[in-house]
Amino acid sequence: MPELRQKLLVLHLHTPDLNSNVVAWAMYDGTGTKRHTTGDSETPPYNSVVEAMRDGWRVIQFPQQFPAYPGMEYHTSYLRFEYVLEKLEEIQ
Amino acid sequence: MIDKKHLLTTEQMANFVADGYLRFDAFIPDELNKAAHAEMEDGMIVRGRGGTVLNDVWTDDSAVGKVFRLPEVQGIIQSLVGEDPLYDHHAVHIVRPQNEVGQIWHADAIIDLRMHFDIQFFYFSHDTPREMGGTMILPGSHYRRVCETDIARYQNFLGQMPVVCEAGTLLVVHHGMWHCAQPNLTEQTRYMFKLRLNPTVRQRQLWNTEDLDAAPIHGILGRNHRWYGNDVRLEIVNRIKQWRFLIGDDSFDVGYWLSRLENMPEGAQEAA
Repeated sequence: MPELRQKLLVLHLHTPDLNSNVVAWAMYDGTGTKRHTTGDSETPPYNSVVEAMRDGWRVIQFPQQFPAYPGMEYHTSYLRFEYVLEKLEEIQ
Repeated sequence: MIDKKHLLTTEQMANFVADGYLRFDAFIPDELNKAAHAEMEDGMIVRGRGGTVLNDVWTDDSAVGKVFRLPEVQGIIQSLVGEDPLYDHHAVHIVRPQNEVGQIWHADAIIDLRMHFDIQFFYFSHDTPREMGGTMILPGSHYRRVCETDIARYQNFLGQMPVVCEAGTLLVVHHGMWHCAQPNLTEQTRYMFKLRLNPTVRQRQLWNTEDLDAAPIHGILGRNHRWYGNDVRLEIVNRIKQWRFLIGDDSFDVGYWLSRLENMPEGAQEAA
């Protein structure tokens, strides 16, 4: 049996639509091949979640959507449309 | 009182509100850059107590003291936080050679609900090419309500801006700005001097307001940052509220964004 490790790709989208554009991204590599870090790329690896799915990434988390709490309707904080995707890769 | 020619313009103030920062490239004279750099290398810069009047922190022979007493820098300070701000803290940020890992994204301090804002200077005393870092900022992130490293899971954003600059470059940022130190792949140690200041006066029209009616305020305050996605209209509301506070006019609007929400016909007297 090959040993598998998880790679995570976090894509933040313009809207909740999985076809909408990526506005922020992060990668976490459980295979140990690469250490991703802040500011390490200027363009996203994919233009949308659907594009990443077509390249073999599996969506494992959808962002929950809640109405704004009273009094916080116009506040901004975290990026709201965050999708987490995974790939399992063999390690040597 | 500083000469008006050193104060910020209305257009610069609007850019500060929209982007959360202003940038002044190669702004500090080279002899001061060299002296300040030496002070940072020696670790000799006096640390003040939080809440001290800024002018009382460093003596006249301190290089960093001289930097922040320059009339051009005093003009920036006065425009944003008034004539006699308080020293909050400073930090000499050091990134050692061959450091391949970037600092995590963070905002300084904790969730800050005030309309009054502090400023932070990022002073680069030596040339900082991309392979040396420098500090990465995320323009337009300053009104986001987050607590320090709550944003550490993020890595890259459309529009993120590494400060790649010549010696003597100065950035002034809103206290809420998201930022992180970048890897230093060179053989030289990188230094950045950060100074936080608190206002002691009401922050209303402290800058040179001669262009108040002429500056292209509405276009600037309506600016998008690509990483906002669907939140851009909410950010414009944040800016309108800040601009109203800065100019002292609660009727100011960009387009019709806040006026529409403030229309409460159910509270009006019935027509006779």
